[in-house]
Amino acid sequence: MPWHRQHLLDIESLTAEEILTVLDTARAFKAVGERAIKKVPALRGKTVVNLFVEPSTRTRTSFELSEQRLSADIINFSADASSLKKGETLKDTAKNLEALNIDFIIIRHSAAGAAHFLSRVLNAHVINAGDGAHEHPTQALLDAFTIRERKGRIEGLNVTILGDILFSRVARSNIWALTKLGAKVTLCGPATLVPRTFEAMGCRVTHHLDDAIRDADIIHLLRIQHERQRKTMFPSINEYTQLFGLNKARLAQTKPDSLIMHPGPINRGVEIDSDIADSDRSLILEQVTNGIAVRMAVLFLINGGKGPQEIIPA
Amino acid sequence: MSDPTIVLNATAIQRALTRIAHEINERNDVSSDVVLVGIQSGGVPLAERLAGLLGGIWGQPVPSGALDVSMHRDDLDQRAAPTVHPTVIPFDVTGKTVVLVDDVLFSGRTIRAAMDALNDFGRPQKIQLAVLVDRGHRDLPIKADFVGKNVPTSLAQKIRVRVGEPGAEDEVALERNPHRLDSAADY
Repeated sequence: MPWHRQHLLDIESLTAEEILTVLDTARAFKAVGERAIKKVPALRGKTVVNLFVEPSTRTRTSFELSEQRLSADIINFSADASSLKKGETLKDTAKNLEALNIDFIIIRHSAAGAAHFLSRVLNAHVINAGDGAHEHPTQALLDAFTIRERKGRIEGLNVTILGDILFSRVARSNIWALTKLGAKVTLCGPATLVPRTFEAMGCRVTHHLDDAIRDADIIHLLRIQHERQRKTMFPSINEYTQLFGLNKARLAQTKPDSLIMHPGPINRGVEIDSDIADSDRSLILEQVTNGIAVRMAVLFLINGGKGPQEIIPA
Repeated sequence: MSDPTIVLNATAIQRALTRIAHEINERNDVSSDVVLVGIQSGGVPLAERLAGLLGGIWGQPVPSGALDVSMHRDDLDQRAAPTVHPTVIPFDVTGKTVVLVDDVLFSGRTIRAAMDALNDFGRPQKIQLAVLVDRGHRDLPIKADFVGKNVPTSLAQKIRVRVGEPGAEDEVALERNPHRLDSAADY
């Protein structure tokens, strides 16, 4: 189905068909990454600004590589080097960048809604690379892509998201994507980090790990986001690991074909034990590989103009 | 003109493909150097059919692949992003004679994109072009080596090709194009 959006700001506003369009398109871009020549000219002559106001290594690297493989020209802006440090507002920074005739802005910001805001004040295409605890749409898309690739489907799967849900934009975007695609989502973690209010998003909420993972096809682990927590949400890391850390013994009690995902960076020995992080049940590195394909697909789709997809089908 | 006109029926399509196979045979001395690459999506079933026919003539299997050209098109920011199909070329094209196969030759832009895309997979010794229908209206200096049928058309018409769809007769029809926008360049 044709794609008509000029921005990718969140998963919440996407339809299931739009999500599937991204996933289908990403399949072709994954194949590009497996070729000897990993570059296509789809974004030749386009300029992309990676505006990462909040620190990020893996997402920024993944976007950069995706942009390079589409032949775009790239400018990187990071928080500490930019004029935002000197008191310039986000709008002024973005407007200045736009005055350079850029075509895309990829924004990572600590404030929820930053990408939406830019999409209203700029003509450039905007992609949300994470806004506060709100959404991280490309992460959810690459997670959905990875699940679909390994399980062949998403509809009807039991997906458990485990950990710091409250402060996690990854969790929010994943919940939207997975429920739209027909998965049954269970959330689990300490009650302070997994409030019952998430049931309104169509999820099951439990605070017992064994109950959460027993029937899971996918166990999605999240890191404890110390940097976003304003006060201590649970007594100690050690207690968290005792109650909610995934280890070999606990994994053995789940379905034999259950798979583990993690958006990274992983904290070995906290939310996940080293030996299972490196096991063949872990999709962590596949997620990284698929991130490139999915981000290339998003850039490719958003680059499309307003005209009809094909005028003369023959 | 609103009713579709059948340009080729199933028998005529098969006859045209058989003739093209013999022409490819005539043109290429070393059969082992020839590989076929169908352009997604209309050219792919045709390339497979031609590979089968050539295999019969040469007594050896002829490799056939599928090439998607969407990422190499020149109008990507002018219209909604095209549906991307898989590219599957399970052989090395370097040093080979690649026969590109498409259903309809029109502006020539798809072929330009296909030659670009093919270069990412290697350096063919030669590229030749086989099409089932040449409808004219070229925008680029591109000419087919093998043509099933030349069909003079107006820009207000379109060619509909149906080949290898389960439960449906193969057929090429000429019909009125309801979506024609005069300002847009066409593939």
